[in-house]
Amino acid sequence: MGRNAAAAVKKISNVEIRPLMGNDAIARGAWEAGVRVAAAYPGTPSTEILECIAVFPEEDIRAQWSTNEKVALDVAIGASFEGVRALAVMKHVGLNVAADALMSMTYIGVNGGLVIVVCDDPGIHSSQNEQDTRILARFAMVPVLEPSDAEEALAYTRAAFDLSEKFDTPVILRSTTRLSHTRSPVTLAERIDLPRRDFNENPKKNVMIPSHARIRHSALIEREKKVAEFFETFELTRWEKAETDVGIVTSSISYGYVKEVLPNASILKLGGSYPLPEKTIRDFAASVERLIVVEELEPAIENQIRIWNIDVKGKEYFSRMGELSPELVRDGFIRAGVLTPESGVADVFEIESTPRPPVLCPGCPHTSSYMALRQVEARVAGDIGCYTLAAGEPLSAIDTCVSMGSSIANAIGMEKSGVETRPIVATIGDSTFLHAGIPSLIDAVYNDADITIMLLDNHTVAMTGGQDYPGTGKTLRGKETHHIEFEDICRAVGVKWVQTVDSYDLAALYKALREAIDFKGVSVLISDRPCVIDPVKIKGETMTVIADNCTACQSCMNTGCPSISWSDAWFDGRHKVKIDPNTCIGCALCPQVCPSDAIQPLDRS
Amino acid sequence: MDTKTKYKEPVNVLVVGVGGQGVIMVSKVLATICQERGYQVKQSEVHGMAKRGGGVFSHVRYGEQVFSPTIPKGSTDVLLALEWAEALRWVNHLKPGEGTFISDTQHIVPPFACRNRKRGAEAGYSRETPDQILSRIKDGFALDATGMARELGNERAANTILLGILSTALEFPEDTWRDVISRFVPPKTVDINLQAFDQGREWARTVHENSDLAARHRRSEKLAPAVPGPDRDEMSDFVQLDINPDWCKSCDICVKMCPERCLKLDDRLKAVLTEPDRCTGCRICEWLCPDFAITVHRTPEAAQAAVRV
Repeated sequence: MGRNAAAAVKKISNVEIRPLMGNDAIARGAWEAGVRVAAAYPGTPSTEILECIAVFPEEDIRAQWSTNEKVALDVAIGASFEGVRALAVMKHVGLNVAADALMSMTYIGVNGGLVIVVCDDPGIHSSQNEQDTRILARFAMVPVLEPSDAEEALAYTRAAFDLSEKFDTPVILRSTTRLSHTRSPVTLAERIDLPRRDFNENPKKNVMIPSHARIRHSALIEREKKVAEFFETFELTRWEKAETDVGIVTSSISYGYVKEVLPNASILKLGGSYPLPEKTIRDFAASVERLIVVEELEPAIENQIRIWNIDVKGKEYFSRMGELSPELVRDGFIRAGVLTPESGVADVFEIESTPRPPVLCPGCPHTSSYMALRQVEARVAGDIGCYTLAAGEPLSAIDTCVSMGSSIANAIGMEKSGVETRPIVATIGDSTFLHAGIPSLIDAVYNDADITIMLLDNHTVAMTGGQDYPGTGKTLRGKETHHIEFEDICRAVGVKWVQTVDSYDLAALYKALREAIDFKGVSVLISDRPCVIDPVKIKGETMTVIADNCTACQSCMNTGCPSISWSDAWFDGRHKVKIDPNTCIGCALCPQVCPSDAIQPLDRS
Repeated sequence: MDTKTKYKEPVNVLVVGVGGQGVIMVSKVLATICQERGYQVKQSEVHGMAKRGGGVFSHVRYGEQVFSPTIPKGSTDVLLALEWAEALRWVNHLKPGEGTFISDTQHIVPPFACRNRKRGAEAGYSRETPDQILSRIKDGFALDATGMARELGNERAANTILLGILSTALEFPEDTWRDVISRFVPPKTVDINLQAFDQGREWARTVHENSDLAARHRRSEKLAPAVPGPDRDEMSDFVQLDINPDWCKSCDICVKMCPERCLKLDDRLKAVLTEPDRCTGCRICEWLCPDFAITVHRTPEAAQAAVRV
C-alpha cells in the first residue's frame, strides 16, 4: 500500500492539487522544507512517510530505515548538528524508545531544523496502547504542532522546521491514524533551497555533562515562554468568530468533527497544542459564554487551561479513550446541553454480524511455529509483530506481549522467578529482534538463563507491509548492503545451541523445539520461511480436499488458515472442509495435520 | 444551537469488503473522480492489521466543503459492498429510507465462522438473504458480481462491475469514470475492466426500468445444490471415550492428533481425556490408535453395553 502511495506522489507535478494521504503530505512537506536527512523505523500508522520520502531523489534527501526509533532520532540529531534539516519519523510507542535521546536533545537544541513526526493511534487500530504523545512532548518541553487534514499536514511540516530553527528546539509534528490515512486535496509547492549552517563549535551547548546541562535547563524554560508567546500570533492558529453561546477550543482531527457537528460555533483552532498561548485563550474564553475543549485522548489542552483558572469543560463530555467521531462528538455536545437529543434513529435491520477479526494469512509461516509451541505446552512470552495474532483462537499460543523486544527479557524473568514448571519460550520476529532483542539475548547468555528463543525469521518487516531492514540486505532505496545473518549474531554473543529449521516442516520444527527446550541454557531456534505476501506474493501448488476421504475431524481448522472453511457436505453430523483455490498458497501445512490423508495437491488429485 | 450549515451536505459513500479485495483501490478511483470534477473530497481508511483477512472499510465524502473524514452513522448515501456479510455489517449505516445499497452476493466465510465442532453446527455466517434485505431498501442492488466477472475471464473485475452500478447512482459523466478506471487498473486489464464497467451500468439500467424485486437481485445459476444436512432431531451430543490403560503403550499419537487437544499422557504415561467437555467424539483417536486402546461411544446404550462386556 505504501509503495503504491509513493508511486502516486512521484507522478505529481509541482503545482498540482491532488488528494494525498496525510502521510504522503507530510513527506512532501519535508521535501519542500529542504530536509536533507530522514530516518525512521516502520510502525503503523507512520510507515508510509519514509517510503514516500524515498521517492524523492537521493541528492535531495538521504533517507534510511534505522534499526529502531532511538537510532533513527540519533541519526537525525547528528544531521542537525551538521547544520542541515533533519526528520525522524515514528509511531507513538516508538517515541518511548527514542525518549532518551529526545530528553537530552531538548536541552541541546538544534543547528539544522529537527522535526520528529509522531503518529498516535487513538482507538488502538494497530498498536499495543493509545498513549498521547502530547503528554510526552510536554515532559520533554518540545513544541507540538497538530494538523487537521492533509493540506495542513504539508503546511505544518514546513512550519515545524521554521519553528525549530527560530527557537533552537526540536519540534514534534503529531499526526493520528485518521489523519495519516485520510486522503484529501493538497496544494503543492517547490522545494526551498537552504544554505548550510556551519557546525556550531560550542561544547557548552552540544555536550551534555552536568555543568552544561544545568545552564541549558534554564534556557529550556526560557524557550518555553518564548514559544508560547510566539503562538499568541501564530499564523496556523485560527479564531473562527461565530455564535457566542459556546466556544470550542480544539486541534488536530477533532476540528473536523466539531465543524461537522457544530458548523456555527465559535472555534479556536490551535495550530500548536504545546505550549499554549495564554492570552489568546483568555480572550477567546471571555468572548463566549461557555468554553469547551474537544480533544482526543488525554485532557492535555483542558488541564492547562484549568491551571490558568479559566472555567472550562472537556473530558466531562468527551471520552479519554479511543478515537473521536462525528457521532461521539455529537453525543458529547448533547451531554453538555449544547445540542438537544434527536429522536434516535433505530437500526432498520437486526443483523448478527459475521465475526471477521484479523488473522494470519493463508500459508503464514508463523502458523506452524505456534502449533509446535502449543504441542509442547510452553509458557510463551510473545512480542510485537503479525505473530501476536497467534494469541487468538485457534492457535492460542501466546501468553504475554508487552513491547518491542520484551519477549526475551520477559522469559529471563519468568525463568528467574523459579516457579514456572512449563518450558519457557520467547518468540520474537526477525526485525523486532534487531530492534530491541539483541541486548536481552546478551543478558540471557550473561546471566545463564535456561530459556529457549524462537526467532521467527520471515525475511521482512511484515506487519507494516514488508519494509527492508538489515535482514534483507537491502536499504530503503533498494540498494544492496550487508546482509545480517541471525545464526552468526546468536553464536557471537555466546549462544551454544542455534539451529535453523524450515517453518513449513512441522515434524522437524517440533523435534528441534523439543531439543532446544531440553538444552540447558540459552537456545535459539530459528523458524525460517519468507513472508507469503511481502516482498513477493508466494503462490505454490494449491491444495484441495478429497471429499471422500474427509472425516470432518476439523484438525486442519486448528491451523486457523483463512483458506479453509466448511463445505456443504457432511460427515457424521459435521461439515466437511474445503480449500479456496484462489487464496491457498500451497504451504502444505494442512496435509501434515490431516489424519485421513484427505488433503492433496490440486494438480495431482 | 443551530446545526444548519451554509454548505450543501456532502455526499457520503461507504466502501466495505474483506482485506485483499480492493476496497482501497475502489475508493481511490472514486476519490480521484470527485477531485477531477472539482469537489473537495476526503477518503479515509484504516489499514495495518486490515489486510490480514479482516473487514476493511473506507469512507469517501465529497462536496463543496468536507470537514469530518468519517461518515456519521445513518448518513451514508451509498453503501458499496464487495462481500455479502460485510454489506450486512454496515447496512444500518445507510440513510434510513433513502440510501442506495449495492453489494456483491459472494460469501467469503472466515475461519472464525467455522469454529463450532458440535454435531449439527452451522457456520456462523450471516443468514440474511439478498431478498430479505432488498425488500426493505428503496434503492438496492445485489448481484453475483464475482461470478459475472469470472464469466468475463477475470474475477478481479468484479469491483469494476460494482463501480458500473455505482456510476448510475452518482452524478458524474460516464467518460470520467472510464478515463479514471483505465488509469487505475493494470494496463493489460483495461479492456476487460471497461467491459465489466459497461456490464454493471447496463445491468443497473435494466433494473431501474424494472421495479420487480427479483430483477434487482441476480444470482449465479451455477451454484451447486447443497447436500442436505443431518437430521438434527436424531442427533445427540452424547460422547463417552473409553481408554484401556493396559493396552496403551504411551506412543502419544492420539495426544498429538486430537483436533480438540483434550487428550494427555498422565503420570504413568497413559493417555487420558483431560477435558471431557471439549471432546466432540470425532473418533480420530480411535481410528489412529495402533493398539485399539480407545473406543468412542456415541450413545448411552453403546456405553452401557461396553461396560457390561
